[in-house]
Amino acid sequence: MTELRIDSLSKDFGTFRALDSVSLDIPNGKFVCLLGPSGCGKTTLLRLIAGLETPTDGRVYVGGADQTEVPTHKRGMGMVFQSLALFPHLDVADNIAYPLAIRGVDKATRRARAEELLELVQLPGLGSRRIHQLSGGQRQRVAIARGLSINPQVFLLDEPLSALDASLREHMQIELRQIQQRLGVTTVVVTHDQKEALTMADLVIVMKDGVIQQAGAPMELYHTPANAFVAGFIGTTNLMPCTVADGVVSVLGHAFPITEGDRIAITSGEAQLSVRPEHVLLGAPDEGLPAEVSFLRDLGESLHVLMRVGDQEITAHLAPGHGHDLVTGQTVGIRFRDGEKVVVQ
Amino acid sequence: MSATPVQTAAPRWLGLWPAAMLTLFFLVPFGIMLAVSVAHRDVSGFYEWSFEWDSYARFLSAFFGKVMAVSISVSLTAAAICVALAFPFTVFLSNMGHRAQTRILVVLLSALALSEVIIGFSLSTLLSQTAGIGNLFHWLGLIDEPRAYTPSLFALITGLCYIGFPFAVLVLYPPVSRLDPEIVEAARVMGASGPRAFFGVIVPNLRGAIVGAFILVFVFTLGSYLLPQLLGRSEHWTLSVHITDQAVYQSNLPFGAAMSVFLMLVALALVGLASLAGRERGAA
Ligand SMILES: Nc1ncnc2c1ncn2[C@@H]1O[C@H](COP(=O)(O)OP(=O)(O)OP(=O)(O)O)[C@@H](O)[C@H]1O
Ligand SMILES: [Mg+2]
Repeated sequence: MTELRIDSLSKDFGTFRALDSVSLDIPNGKFVCLLGPSGCGKTTLLRLIAGLETPTDGRVYVGGADQTEVPTHKRGMGMVFQSLALFPHLDVADNIAYPLAIRGVDKATRRARAEELLELVQLPGLGSRRIHQLSGGQRQRVAIARGLSINPQVFLLDEPLSALDASLREHMQIELRQIQQRLGVTTVVVTHDQKEALTMADLVIVMKDGVIQQAGAPMELYHTPANAFVAGFIGTTNLMPCTVADGVVSVLGHAFPITEGDRIAITSGEAQLSVRPEHVLLGAPDEGLPAEVSFLRDLGESLHVLMRVGDQEITAHLAPGHGHDLVTGQTVGIRFRDGEKVVVQ
Repeated sequence: MSATPVQTAAPRWLGLWPAAMLTLFFLVPFGIMLAVSVAHRDVSGFYEWSFEWDSYARFLSAFFGKVMAVSISVSLTAAAICVALAFPFTVFLSNMGHRAQTRILVVLLSALALSEVIIGFSLSTLLSQTAGIGNLFHWLGLIDEPRAYTPSLFALITGLCYIGFPFAVLVLYPPVSRLDPEIVEAARVMGASGPRAFFGVIVPNLRGAIVGAFILVFVFTLGSYLLPQLLGRSEHWTLSVHITDQAVYQSNLPFGAAMSVFLMLVALALVGLASLAGRERGAA
């Protein structure tokens, strides 16, 4: 059964098209990340799902039922806002139990449920605190608990972790994912951090300018990007203009034969070649595409080698123990690991 | 908190300026008023310095007790009506486009520029028998005979609300427009209908602002002495009118001063009570 289905949803703000005919099928219980640069329409899509905006066109279905005309407060979704939107006038337990209070659940049951959820988000016993007495990470957890208090069919989160520092953020990513797996709730998380998406998601949806670029499992997007934008957005990569003809990819005047495992979406003509830095190999100048080493960055766990071929920059990440004899200004020959060339439009 | 002294941009003596102004224009006149209120009334029309409670004693009569009650209830009613109208209005206003908001605020500000006299006379004309809405209602066939709606308590409260409304909106506008709109949306997503979100989330989160607006309109209308005379009957005369009457027309300055002191104490007490009520549950 398809739990959340979005059918050619569009949204115009005046003459500006924020979302252009977006269609998605999200199976029951999946964890989905909406990924894309700022302004690409992620929040807009989430708000349309929640019913906080009216679509210009298209429909939203949950469990087969058309929700498009259903007002927000009758959709029964859970949502965590970017600003968290916790209620300062209520204590933590009342915040969490607010959706239950609306539904007329009695006070004792509400308190019990709030305590249960506080345990789920690892904040046991904090129910009587005020919101301003919590740290940023604790507020985040309270907001997540509140979003889950009615066991929603669909759980929506808009950049829930963006306000946290890096280490707490990574911790919360894992925790959020574990909570979601335990409850099995269909979850849509907006983020513009690709690492966050890769950490948490079953399904990543990459958007740009209101259009879905690609939807798929994280590693599918990583290994088989649909276009140069997705290749550049998921992980780090080297993007180079190339021409493809007769089993050969020509980059900056050098021909590389196509090998087993290469993902070649364009079999002839102009295209873009994407090669991850860890798949860039260095050798003697006559062994590949000659390039000049412009910068060396040793991070201990890997050595980053920045190179130039004319105007084109190419980066290689070398494993520890490799490339220690390299010096800036030196000319090297670049090759690409067999089966790791990705040619896209 | 850091242990190092806080460096402010302005030198400390600058703080003396408001203190001096406050002393000059508030404390000194208030002191004079206090002194006059215990002075002895000179029948020839002025007062002699002395210390006696006569003026206060006279004030503690049933008649002035009733005047006090009328004053306070009229102001409380006007403040309640003003805030009840101004709060939803301001919430609505803050959801409009920026240009519309600016225009409406400018119109409200210009209403503030009208003097009490103009408002009073305009309203008394509007509510009169010969040229007012009574005629209009008669013409529309709603009533049998054109009638006057002034002087009356209704006219008085209308006038006070007309004056108080822009103040209430101006006090409410900044906190209302600063309220995180996502708080309301969160309530909606969690199942709250429009009215439920309004009373359950918007109102409690803005309790302080509501109390502030209420106090402002209350204090402001408490001091009004023109409108009660223009629009109200004599039984609606407020303490302010009686103060003016005593001080200006009866030449009884000590008694006027005593009433003023009392009015101020009552106002202060009510303001204190209201702000306590505002703080109690909304403890930030
Ligand atoms: N109420 C609105 N009126 C007009 N334009 C809007 C409105 N809301 C969003 N937009 C526009 O729609 C586009 C998409 O906005 P949206 O908030 O969905 O972006 P986003 O992907 O969430 O970005 P970010 O990562 O910065 O939050 C933006 O260009 C934005 O300017
Ligand atoms: Mg956004």
